[in-house]
Amino acid sequence: MKPKITKLETFQEMELKDKLASSFLAFENQIDIDSYVHDIRSEAFKTFEDKGFPSKKEEAWKYTSLNSILKEDYSVFPKQENALTYPDVKKYFIHEIDSYKIVFIDGKYSSHLSQTTHEGIDVCLMSSALNKPKYRLIIENYFNKAATNDSLPSLNTAFSNEGAYIHIPKNKLVEKPIQIIHFSTGSEAAQLLQPRNLIVVDENSHVQIIERHQSLTDNPVLTNSVTEIFGRKRAIVDYYKIQNDNLNASLIDNTFIDQKQNSHISVHTFSFGGKLTRNNLNFYQNGERIDSTLKGITIIGDKQHVDHSTLVHHIEPNCESHQDYKGIFGDKATGVFNGKVVVEKEAQRTNAFQANNNILLNDKATINTKPQLEIFADDVKCSHGCTIGQLDESAMFYLRSRGIPEKEAKALLMYAFANNVLESVKIPEIKQRINKIIANKLGVNIGFDL
Amino acid sequence: MLKIDNLHASVEDKAILRGINLEVKAGEVHAIMGPNGSGKSTLASVIAGKEEYEVQDGEIILEGENIDELAAEERAHKGIFLSFQYPVEIPGVSVTNFMKTAINETRKARGLEDMPAKDMLKMIREKSELLEIDRKFLSRSLNEGFSGGEKKRNEIFQMAMLEPKLAILDETDSGLDIDALRIVANGVNKLKSKDNAVVVITHYQRLLDYIVPDYVHVLYNGRIVKSGTKELAKELEEKGYDWIKEEVNA
Ligand SMILES: Nc1ncnc2c1ncn2[C@@H]1O[C@H](COP(=O)(O)OP(=O)(O)O)[C@@H](O)[C@H]1O
Ligand SMILES: [Mg+2]
Repeated sequence: MKPKITKLETFQEMELKDKLASSFLAFENQIDIDSYVHDIRSEAFKTFEDKGFPSKKEEAWKYTSLNSILKEDYSVFPKQENALTYPDVKKYFIHEIDSYKIVFIDGKYSSHLSQTTHEGIDVCLMSSALNKPKYRLIIENYFNKAATNDSLPSLNTAFSNEGAYIHIPKNKLVEKPIQIIHFSTGSEAAQLLQPRNLIVVDENSHVQIIERHQSLTDNPVLTNSVTEIFGRKRAIVDYYKIQNDNLNASLIDNTFIDQKQNSHISVHTFSFGGKLTRNNLNFYQNGERIDSTLKGITIIGDKQHVDHSTLVHHIEPNCESHQDYKGIFGDKATGVFNGKVVVEKEAQRTNAFQANNNILLNDKATINTKPQLEIFADDVKCSHGCTIGQLDESAMFYLRSRGIPEKEAKALLMYAFANNVLESVKIPEIKQRINKIIANKLGVNIGFDL
Repeated sequence: MLKIDNLHASVEDKAILRGINLEVKAGEVHAIMGPNGSGKSTLASVIAGKEEYEVQDGEIILEGENIDELAAEERAHKGIFLSFQYPVEIPGVSVTNFMKTAINETRKARGLEDMPAKDMLKMIREKSELLEIDRKFLSRSLNEGFSGGEKKRNEIFQMAMLEPKLAILDETDSGLDIDALRIVANGVNKLKSKDNAVVVITHYQRLLDYIVPDYVHVLYNGRIVKSGTKELAKELEEKGYDWIKEEVNA
């Protein structure tokens, strides 16, 4: 038996844990205890209580401390319902395209801002999927089947009740992208949100999803989100995470992707905002000839922190994975890239690529980048490379000598450094939006479009 | 137009320019020649505002104004252009987007509106034709994978787009075959007028057959040690620099 690890918790952590425990009791009292997920939730809460919040002592959290965000006195459930009008929040949508929308305000579904469907596909709510008998089979087959029992996913599972539920039956090409947006209005002094998304894409189907979390005030928000994505044979899923939240909002994103043979799933993560962002992105390849793509652009400054912790688990032969993360860190920003690739013994002829390139704009910004390769098969092609550099001075002089001012020249070079990540973005309006966010972020008014 | 007075510049405490005096008037073409390592590119970079070099003494006056304190972009806005000896490769920035940004930032600095897209395209077309640059070229990343000659031609294309008052061409002829040399020289000559000036840094007479200088200067060891007319360039072509070095060292 392993000795139980006792760990030191801060006073604030203990307080928050107590609060979560009493909230969990209250939550359980309100919901149907005969529900299939009831036991899963109870089990998950126990797991969370045992494990507690992750600490820097754990290898996976060595460079990301939650101390500064766990000290807030978060409300677990919002006390009132809040409304927003579309014009107020239109700018947070990719509004140039026709799309399905699943929108939440302070964790509660907003039918007013949403556009869901049951015509041929299900684009709707987790709360109804958990409660209505017709979804029971999918829930039993998929809910919590990909998520790990690490402490934060467990905490989310314990409180799982609301989020997006997307089921695309086989042979459907979903023309309209689906936007999942979570707003927080700041009606609570500090708010904890735990959205839970389930996305099941059956054989030969194709769907595109855009996810965003947006706080509308300076009140602290902590989002601990879990998304499970299942791609069946030949499914194609393109997922875009646009992270440009304000500086008091933190996000722990736990995404688990289970792929079957010949499926292609890509996740692009654009991280520009937020106080602390941790992206736990996990791919499990349960079939042959699978393609997994993980790409990201991170541009942060101030005291922002963005941590990309990726896992690609190559389990079967003839699969590929492509990782390409670009990071630019200014001011006192800190970044982490922890990319783990596991190639099992059976997973012969795996091609696994990983690149993480970073620019530090000054000597106060830091990046910790660490590839972790665990390769048990012998016939594999794996490459990984990480670089940390500065902006090229001779390129700066070249641009400036043509009349491009320092700030704009820097912005052009940063954009040029990062933009190949955008090449695989299939929705032009997303590219344009990212370009615009980058221009805003860098304080310039130049068109980056080539 | 340009007056350089007793210019001393160094890099990392190493003195490179040791008292340069040069006056270039509107309408003139000056050639600067000299052995490798004598400071020609440094002079060009210092005029263009490269911060790496420290100006210890002397002045650079452009149209009556001391530009010593100006950033590289501000000098560009005032009409200084440097065709680089080694143009920098910038992956991810297309030639067109770069040119658009450069022109509009320059216009902004001069209090003008952005150039309308239509005019920009027309200008790009005209100037690329002048330099016989393939249109496909313009959507490629700036200088990335360009041959030596393509890079130089691209420099002069940029010059044609920006229409500078004072153009400094640093060994623009090196790496050009005879046809490309003719195209580039022709481009430069088309842009010449009585209101602007050109400083040509070169080792070879052949460029000066096309772009005919009014004055020729020899830069050696950080100083202009000899000035003359185009005949001086011919003499250097025949006799090399040794006799100059001997004269200086004597
Ligand atoms: N950035 C620099 N750092 C160190 N030495 C330099 C730098 N730039 C130029 N030099 C030195 O200054 C001298 C003049 O160089 P340069 O101006 O390039 O000469 P030229 O163009 O006449 O061949 C050379 O000895 C060169 O090595
Ligand atoms: Mg030189």
